[in-house]
Amino acid sequence: MKIKGRAIWIGLVLTISLVLVFSCAKEKEPYKVGAVFSVTGRASFLGEPEKKTVEMIEEAVNNAGGINGHKLEVIVYDDESDETKCVLAVKRLIKTDNVPVIIGPSLSGNTLAVVKIANEEKIPLVSCAASNKIVTPVAERKWIFKVPQSDTHAVEKIYDYLLKKGITKIAIMSVSTGFGASGREELLRLAPEVGIEIVADERYGPKDTDITAQLTRIRGTEAQAIVNWSVGPTQVLAVKNWRDLGMTSIPFFQSHGFGSPKNIELAAGAAEGVFCPLGKVNIPLLVADDDPQKKVIMLYNESYEQKYNEPVSSFGGHAWDSLNLVIDALRSVGPDSAKIRDYIENRKNFVGQHGVFNFSPTDHNGLTKDAFEMVVVKDNTWALAP
Amino acid sequence: MERISLLGQLTQYFFTGITVGSIYALVAVGFNIIYNVTEIINFAQGEFVMLGGLIMVFFTATAKLPLPIAFFLTVLAVTGVGALMERFTINPLKNATVLTMIIVTIAVSILLKGIAMFVWGKDPYIIPPFSGSKPIFILGAAIQTQTLWVLFITAVVVVLLSFFFKKTRYGKAMLACADDPEAARLVGIRVNIMILISFALSAAIGAVAGAIITPISLMEYDRGALLALKGFGASVMGGLGSFYGAVVAGILLGVIESLCAGFVSSGYKDAVALLLLLLVLYVRPSGLFGNVEASKIKEF
Repeated sequence: MKIKGRAIWIGLVLTISLVLVFSCAKEKEPYKVGAVFSVTGRASFLGEPEKKTVEMIEEAVNNAGGINGHKLEVIVYDDESDETKCVLAVKRLIKTDNVPVIIGPSLSGNTLAVVKIANEEKIPLVSCAASNKIVTPVAERKWIFKVPQSDTHAVEKIYDYLLKKGITKIAIMSVSTGFGASGREELLRLAPEVGIEIVADERYGPKDTDITAQLTRIRGTEAQAIVNWSVGPTQVLAVKNWRDLGMTSIPFFQSHGFGSPKNIELAAGAAEGVFCPLGKVNIPLLVADDDPQKKVIMLYNESYEQKYNEPVSSFGGHAWDSLNLVIDALRSVGPDSAKIRDYIENRKNFVGQHGVFNFSPTDHNGLTKDAFEMVVVKDNTWALAP
Repeated sequence: MERISLLGQLTQYFFTGITVGSIYALVAVGFNIIYNVTEIINFAQGEFVMLGGLIMVFFTATAKLPLPIAFFLTVLAVTGVGALMERFTINPLKNATVLTMIIVTIAVSILLKGIAMFVWGKDPYIIPPFSGSKPIFILGAAIQTQTLWVLFITAVVVVLLSFFFKKTRYGKAMLACADDPEAARLVGIRVNIMILISFALSAAIGAVAGAIITPISLMEYDRGALLALKGFGASVMGGLGSFYGAVVAGILLGVIESLCAGFVSSGYKDAVALLLLLLVLYVRPSGLFGNVEASKIKEF
C-alpha cells in the first residue's frame, strides 16, 4: 500500500511537471507592447498609417514564430488626436495592461502630455512625434525616445545644400502655426552659425488666400534663395505665387512637410524645380542600392502596398522604426522595462525607415541630418537634387 | 533676376489687395443683404463661399463640365442651400429674437462645415484659372489673369445688384422691408418671401466669391470662418447695411492688408486690419457710409 501510494505520487508529480514543460515550450508568455496613435480625429492622417503598419509587423513577426518563441502582442489605443484621451490611454496601458514599453503617441502635443507619466512610472516610451522638446533636456527625459527627425535636421540639410551651391543670402517664409514657428526658430538660430545671412523674414497665416505680397517684398531684397516652412494649403499657395510672379530664378526650398505627392498634384505644375528634404522611406526607388536602408525600405514599401493597396507615408515609417526598435530590444533583453530602456539608449547602427539610428545617453533621437535626402520636383515627381 | 522697383512693388500690393478685397467685399455685401431685411448677422456667410469653391471643384474637376455651365450650376446649388437654410432654420422660428436667430446661423455654419468635411475631406482643392495661367507683367508686377476675372465678375455682381435694388419691384420691396418691415407688410409686401430671397441672394453671392477665388487661393472645408470674419469687418467698417460701403470697405481692407504685409510686417497683417476697423468704429460708430440715424433704431 505504502509503496503503491508513493508510486502514484511520483507518477503524478512527473506527469504534472512534464505537462508544464511541454505547455511552456508550446505557449510561452506573449510579449506585450503598448501603442497609442491618433487613429481618428484631426491627426488621423498620422495615426491611421501608423496603426496599419504596426498591425502588419505584428502579423509578420508572429507568422515567423514570434520573438524568441514568444508571441508579439501589440495593444493599440486610439487617442482621437486628443491630449486628455492620450493621457488616459497611456495610464491604462501601464496600469491595466501592464505593458513593459510603449510606442507613440503620434502628435508632439500628446507626447509632451504623457512624458511625465512615462518617466514617473519608469516605462520606456518611443514617440512617433517630431518635436525636439520631446527628448530635450535629456536629463529630464530619461525614459523617453523619439524616432522622427527634428526640424533642426531638416534645416541643417537645407543649409548644407545652399552652402554647397554657394548661396549665402536667403529669404525665409513661415506660417504662423506651431510647425512654422518652430521651423522659423531653427532657421534663425542656425543661420549665423553656418554663415548664412537672412535678408527677409516673412510670415503668413494658415488660412491666408494669397502670399504675393510677402514674395514681392522678397523680390525687393538680395535673396538668392527662398526657404518656406509650412504645411497645408499655404505651402502649395506659396509655390504657385512664386511661379506666377516669375520668381523661378530664385530657387525655392520647402520644409520636409512638403513631402506628399498630393502637394505636387495640387500645385498643378507650379512645383517644378522646388527643393525639399525628404526621409528616404518616401523615395524608395531613389535610394542608392548600396545604401544600408535600401533593403528595409524596399521591403516595407512592397509589403505595405501589397497589403493595403496604398502607398506608404512618412508617418507609417515612424511606427515601423519605433516598433522594430522595441522588438529588437525585446529579442535581446526580454520584457523588462529598465533593461529595454538601457538597451535602446545604447543601441547603435539600428537601420530603420527614416535613417540609421545611433542612440546615446545624450541623444534620444539618434539621427543626424543625413536622415534626410535633398530632392527636387522633376516631371511631377521627386528626383535626387543634383 | 533684377530687383523689383518700388513702383512695381506698389502695383503688386495694390493688385493683390483689390483681389482679396473683392472677395471680402462680396462677403460683406452678402452680410448686408440679409441684415437689411432681417437684422440678422448670418455667420454662415463664409460657409457659402467655401461651398461655392468646393462645389465648383466638383463640377469642373469631377463632373468635367464646361466652365460657364459649372459656374452657373455652382451658384444655383449654393443658392438652393441658402434657401433651404432659411426655410428650415430661420422661417420656423416665429417669435425668436434676432440674437437667437444669429446663434442659429452659427449652428448652421458649423453644420455646413461638418458636412463639407465629410464630403470632401480635409484636403485643399484647386481648379485651373478661368483662362490661361501666364501672368501679365505691369511695371514689373505680375498680375494673374484670374485676378482680372475676380475684378470683372465682382464689378458685374455690383452692377447687377444695384440694378436689382433700384429698378426691380422685388429689389425695391426688399429695401422697403429694410426700412420698416411693419409698414412694408401693411402695403402688401410679403416679408416672409423677402427674407427667403435675401438668404438665397446672399448664398448666390457667396457662391460667386468662392468659385472665382478658388483658382487663386485653393479651397478647403474650414476656410469659411476667416473669410466671414474679414467680410464682417468690412461690412461693419462700411456701415452695416450700406451696399456701397461694403464694397468700398472690403476693397480698402484688402489693400491695407496687402500694403501692411509688404511694407510693415507680414506678421501684423491681420492685426492692422482689425485695428483699422476699431479706429473707424471709434471715430464713426455707424461705419464709413452708415446712416447715423438708422443705426440708432436697429437692434445691432
